[in-house]
Amino acid sequence: MTSRVDKPAVSLSRIAIHAVLILACLLYLVPLVVMLLTSFKTPEDISTGNLLSWPSVVTAIGWIKAWGTLDGYFWNSIKITVPAVVISTAIGALNGYVLSMWRFRGSQLFFGLLLFGCFLPFQTVLLPASFTLGKMGLASTTTGLVFVHVVYGLAFTTLFFRNYYVSIPDALVKAARLDGAGFFTIFGKIILPMSTPIIMVCLIWQFTQIWNDFLFGVVFSSGDSQPITVALNNLVNTSTGVKEYNVDMAAAMIAGLPTLLVYIVAGKYFVRGLTAGAVKG
Amino acid sequence: MATLELRNVNKTYGAGLPDTLKDIELKIKDGEFLILVGPSGCGKSTLMNCIAGLENISAGSILIDDADVSGMSPKDRDIAMVFQSYALYPTMSVRENIEFGLKIRKMSAAAIDEEVTRVAKLLQIEHLLNRKPGQLSGGQQQRVAMGRALARRPKIYLFDEPLSNLDAKLRVEMRTEMKLMHQRLKTTTVYVTHDQIEAMTLGDKVAVMKDGIIQQFGTPKDIYNDPANLFVASFIGSPPMNFIPLRLQRKDGRLVALLDSGQARCELPLSMTDAGLEDREVILGLRPEQIVLAPSEGNGLPTIRAEVQVTEPTGPDTLVFVNLNQSKVCCRLAPDVAPQVGESLTLQFDPAKVLLFDAATGERLGVLARQQPAERLGNVTQINRN
Repeated sequence: MTSRVDKPAVSLSRIAIHAVLILACLLYLVPLVVMLLTSFKTPEDISTGNLLSWPSVVTAIGWIKAWGTLDGYFWNSIKITVPAVVISTAIGALNGYVLSMWRFRGSQLFFGLLLFGCFLPFQTVLLPASFTLGKMGLASTTTGLVFVHVVYGLAFTTLFFRNYYVSIPDALVKAARLDGAGFFTIFGKIILPMSTPIIMVCLIWQFTQIWNDFLFGVVFSSGDSQPITVALNNLVNTSTGVKEYNVDMAAAMIAGLPTLLVYIVAGKYFVRGLTAGAVKG
Repeated sequence: MATLELRNVNKTYGAGLPDTLKDIELKIKDGEFLILVGPSGCGKSTLMNCIAGLENISAGSILIDDADVSGMSPKDRDIAMVFQSYALYPTMSVRENIEFGLKIRKMSAAAIDEEVTRVAKLLQIEHLLNRKPGQLSGGQQQRVAMGRALARRPKIYLFDEPLSNLDAKLRVEMRTEMKLMHQRLKTTTVYVTHDQIEAMTLGDKVAVMKDGIIQQFGTPKDIYNDPANLFVASFIGSPPMNFIPLRLQRKDGRLVALLDSGQARCELPLSMTDAGLEDREVILGLRPEQIVLAPSEGNGLPTIRAEVQVTEPTGPDTLVFVNLNQSKVCCRLAPDVAPQVGESLTLQFDPAKVLLFDAATGERLGVLARQQPAERLGNVTQINRN
C-alpha cells in the first residue's frame, strides 16, 4: 500500500457531493417535517407561527381528533385492501405459473392482451365496472370494490409473476412431472416456495395501489363503507368552520402510515425482487 | 427390468415446419445402455423428451415392455430422468429432493427412509442429506440428481447430457462411475450426449442422429469400424477420420486409389470389387491409427513417402500431419518413432480397412462387397431413407 494512490480524506469534490446530497435530503424531508410539526401544534400556534417553527405547546389533540373521525374508515380500508391484495396476488401467481410453464396455444397473445390492462387509466373502466357491479348486485358494497381492485390488479400481478417464473428453468417442472407431481402439487411444493421475493414485490405494489386508491373508492362505495382516502378527502375539504390544519395533517399521516409500514417490513425484498432474473445466478 | 422399442416415431411442431424426428426405429433389450448421440439440434433431446412423455409424438408408437405408452402421461410410464441442469428443487434439502417422488407415490415413511438410506449409501452422499442444492458443488449436485432418479427404482433411466456441466476431470471420473453403476444395477438406460467419447465408452448400443434421422444404430464397435455414411464416420472418432477426395481407377481388374504426397505417388489396391465404382468421385476414409510407418524390410503393402507438415504430441501418441492429394491427413504414431517437421517418412495403409464414401451423397460405398447381407442386418440397421 503506497499513500500515493490514496486520495486525501477530504477533497473538494467529496464536500460538493455530500453538500448536494444533504440538500436533496432536506428538500425531500421538508414536507414530512412540516406535517409532523403542524400535527402536534394547536390551531392558534399554526396561525401565528411559521411553517417550520417548533410547536409552543406540544399536543396530541390533532391526532386524537383525526383518529376519532377516521377510525371506522381506517378499518374499511383494511377490509378492502387485505382481501384485494391477497386475492389478486394469489391469482396473479397462478396466472404467471400457467403463462410461463404450461404454455398453451395462444398463451402469448393472451399475455399480450392482459398487459393492456397495465396501461388502462382508472377513468376508462369506471362506467363498465359500475355497470357490471350493478348487474352482479354488488354496487356500493365492499365486496364489489374488492372485486374491482382484484380485476384491475390482475394485469400487474400476472406480469410480475410471469416474468419471475420465466427465469426458472423448465427442467424443474419436467423433473417434478416425472416424479409424479401434478399441476397444483408442482405449484404449491416447488414453485411457490421459490417465489418469496416476487410475492413481496406484489404485496407491496398492490397494497400501495389499493390503499392509496381514491377514485374507485369514491365511485364504488358510499357512506359508512368508504375507504380512508375518501374519508380523508371529506375531512380536509369541508368548507364549513375553521380549518383545523393540525387535524388534517394528523389524518393524512394516519392514512399514509400503513403503506410506510409495509415498505419498511417488506422493502428489502422490493429492490431485490424487481431485479430478480436480470442477472443469472 | 424393461425393454424399450420405438416404432416409426415422428415428431413435428406443426404443419409446414420441418420434422424434428423422422421415422425413428430402434429397439433395446432389457438392461441395455442406449446412447443417443449427435450434434446439437439433431433431435436427440426431443427424442428423449418423447420417451419420457414430456412431449407428445406426432406419429408412431413407443413401447416399454411391449406395452404401448405413447399416450400415457410421464408419471405413468415409470421412468426417471437426470437433467443436464440437474433440476434439483432449490428450496428442498437433498433428502427432501430424493423423497419427493416417493412421497407423491404414497410410499410408507419407513420405506422412504430405507430407500433414501440405500441410495445415499450407493452414491456416497450420506453426509449431504441435510444440505440445500445451492450448498453443493457441481459433482455433488450431479450425484443427488442421480440419487433422485435411482430412488424410485424405475423401469428405465433417461440421462440428458448429465456430465456436460462438469469439469473435464470430474466428467471422466463420473463416466466410469456411471458405467460401474449400470453394471451393478442393470437397468435399461437411455443416455443423450453430444460427446462421441461418452458414446463409445458407455453404450451397449449407439444411435447416431442428425437432422432428426437416425443415421446408424448399432454397437459402438459397428459404428466405429463400419460407419454407414460420411457423417457417422466423421462424427465418431477422435482425432477424426481422414477423408481424401479422389477418383477411382481400374487396373488389372482391381480398383485402385491413386495417392499423391507431392514427392511420391502410390497406387492403393482396394478390396472392393463392385462394378460402377471406377471413374467415380469418391471420398476415401482412413482412421489415423490405420496409417502406420512402413517397416524398412517391406511387407508387400503399398507405401508412400510424404513430408511431415505438423506434429502434435498428445503424450501416449503423436499426431503427425502430412499432405495426400492436397488434403491434410492425420496419422497416429508412437511418440518414439514420430519424426520432426520437415522430415520425410514412409507410410503404409492396410487396403482392407480403407472405407469409401460417395462424394455426392456421403453414403458408404462397397459395403455389400465386404459383408454378408444377413450379417449386416443383424448388426446395423440403417434407416436413412433419403
